[in-house]
Amino acid sequence: MAIWLTENSKIIVQGMTGGEGTKHTRRMLASGARVVGGVNARKAGITHEGLPVFGTVQEAMEKTGADVSVVFVPPAFTKDAVKEAIDAEIPLCVVITEGVPVHDSTEFWAYAVAKGNKTRIIGPNCPGIASPGASNAGIIPADITTAGRIGLVSKSGTLTYQLMYELRDFGFSTAVGIGGDPVIGTTHIDALQAFQDDPGTDAIVMIGEIGGDAEERAAAYIEQHVTKPVVAYVAGFTAPEGKTMGHAGAIVSGSAGTAQAKKEALEKVGVRVGKTPSETARLMREIMQAR
Amino acid sequence: MDLFEHQAKELFADYGIPVPKGIVAHTVEEVRAAAEQLTGRVVVKAQVKTGGRGKAGGVKVADDAADAVEKGQAILGMDIKGHTVHKVLVEEASAIAEEYYFSFLLDRANRTFLAICSAAGGMDIEEVAHTSPEKVAKVPVSALDGVDRAKAREIAVAGGLPEQSLDGAAELIEKLWCCFVDEDATLVEVNPMILSADGQVKALDGKVTLDDNASFRQTEHEAYADKAAEDPLEARAKEKDLNYVKLDGDVGIIGNGAGLVMSTLDVVAYAGEAFPGKPSPANFLDIGGGASAEVMAAGLEIILSDPSVKSIFVNVFGGITSCDAVANGIVAAFKLLESRGEAVTHPLVVRLDGNNAQLGRQILADAALPRVELVDTMDDAAKRAAELAAVGA
Repeated sequence: MAIWLTENSKIIVQGMTGGEGTKHTRRMLASGARVVGGVNARKAGITHEGLPVFGTVQEAMEKTGADVSVVFVPPAFTKDAVKEAIDAEIPLCVVITEGVPVHDSTEFWAYAVAKGNKTRIIGPNCPGIASPGASNAGIIPADITTAGRIGLVSKSGTLTYQLMYELRDFGFSTAVGIGGDPVIGTTHIDALQAFQDDPGTDAIVMIGEIGGDAEERAAAYIEQHVTKPVVAYVAGFTAPEGKTMGHAGAIVSGSAGTAQAKKEALEKVGVRVGKTPSETARLMREIMQAR
Repeated sequence: MDLFEHQAKELFADYGIPVPKGIVAHTVEEVRAAAEQLTGRVVVKAQVKTGGRGKAGGVKVADDAADAVEKGQAILGMDIKGHTVHKVLVEEASAIAEEYYFSFLLDRANRTFLAICSAAGGMDIEEVAHTSPEKVAKVPVSALDGVDRAKAREIAVAGGLPEQSLDGAAELIEKLWCCFVDEDATLVEVNPMILSADGQVKALDGKVTLDDNASFRQTEHEAYADKAAEDPLEARAKEKDLNYVKLDGDVGIIGNGAGLVMSTLDVVAYAGEAFPGKPSPANFLDIGGGASAEVMAAGLEIILSDPSVKSIFVNVFGGITSCDAVANGIVAAFKLLESRGEAVTHPLVVRLDGNNAQLGRQILADAALPRVELVDTMDDAAKRAAELAAVGA
């Protein structure tokens, strides 16, 4: 079992014909994901990587039955690509693109809400979502872990890979990289809720980083609604105030957004927080071994 | 990117927002010239990218040019929360009847924009927001709907602004929204927004933060960059498209992925606590998922040119790029630097994990690079890098 992405998911790639789109379409196919086509208005009708390229998301869905879109288009065109996916009411839209202006992500989020939230958006600036052994939508390397019963939600790509790798003997139901931008479609809370409801998930790893108050709100949610064990890791304890640490959202401003505040909020509701990624993996290992 | 007050006001003026007449001055002589040109009472305001200037003594009223020179002398060169004052804004003094607060900003938690408006503006707005939150109106603004004159008026009313200010405030707020959207700002703040004695609503101060992600369509924003204040290493890294932030310590850090590098900084700082002098990270450097030889070489070059660096920790997780490619990149980077006469002389601790980690480690072992040590885990590698920095390498 998995959340949001299963072996039956049919994936289309918006921006498949570009460099990143081509490379990662190949990787997704190699990992066994059912990629069924691409979208590029200017290249409709051609075949790329052995797959048909359609003019619109809507047409691609009609012809292939696709229910997941992965977006690799450049930042200048991301807003329109996501709005097109929302208009087509595709159930899941995974936005990999890095460097999307926050006015654009705020606008496509408002658009999704106005259209009744029929499309779940993951990202932007995220590695995507992988359900090991079932499917893979994005750029998460499929071969670093195995299928299992741990769920993972993370703001960071490489830390996701690190934890998936360290816990590969237990394996994962689904790993969701939600991205480190200030405005994102799917939040920690959305993923926590889905993992709580997923019979295929026994325990949850949550990875956060400095900036915003998403981890604090996730802690409040866990206290009320999550009965499965959660372990967490927060990156950025030593990041200085006012310096953006790689992700657009990773910035400590004043007293807000510090790693310490996030750790304290999580520990207060019984979440065990690892001091390093490896210690976090050890904490999860203890939980899984005790089951 | 944050703007200086004078830049924010120049931007406001472009959108037709009333601001006091002002002139930027870098020297006492320029202050005198500016005050003479403006005539009458002026305000001399420190230009620093931090709040609390007024309370720190960085804003002073002067009666005439001679007085302005005296005030300018006191303010130029002063330190405000770690920011040295290199320039001041000399501005005509405004006759203030009332002070309000106004801002548009990104509300991350609710994934929307927010207008904040209060009739209780001025230096103590944070105190007001804390003690009398009912006096500070927070009005969500949808990116789809935006702000027209009617909505602007509604916000001004919600903020408790008096009748005689509503027309002027609504006009200013509507124009400020245009500025916020068209310039891809994440914050535009006017504190105080004033009602002048002659009944005009004006922006007496301005704070603007621009979204760096929008630079591809805001090419003119580059002119706002404060080249003088930029760390020279950060400037060089930027030219090479490297994601680098200079820090205070002595362990150079290279890693792939923002989250992993942030985590590496933490792990090195923890490890450093156990050693004399408490070594800590010298920088943040994310070479991205690719980790090619060229990027690795460019990254090593920047770190090696930082005189405070005593040891280097390369922390890579092979996901999209496998570890053998990263190892080859490190070997090639060493050769590249050596060929330029910049051979690596610092100890380098390398941790490779993930795809093809064994192969990557083998490649590095076979290359027998001087002063390169392989350590299997991130935690142990951080300890070793800190230890090497502590002994002075």
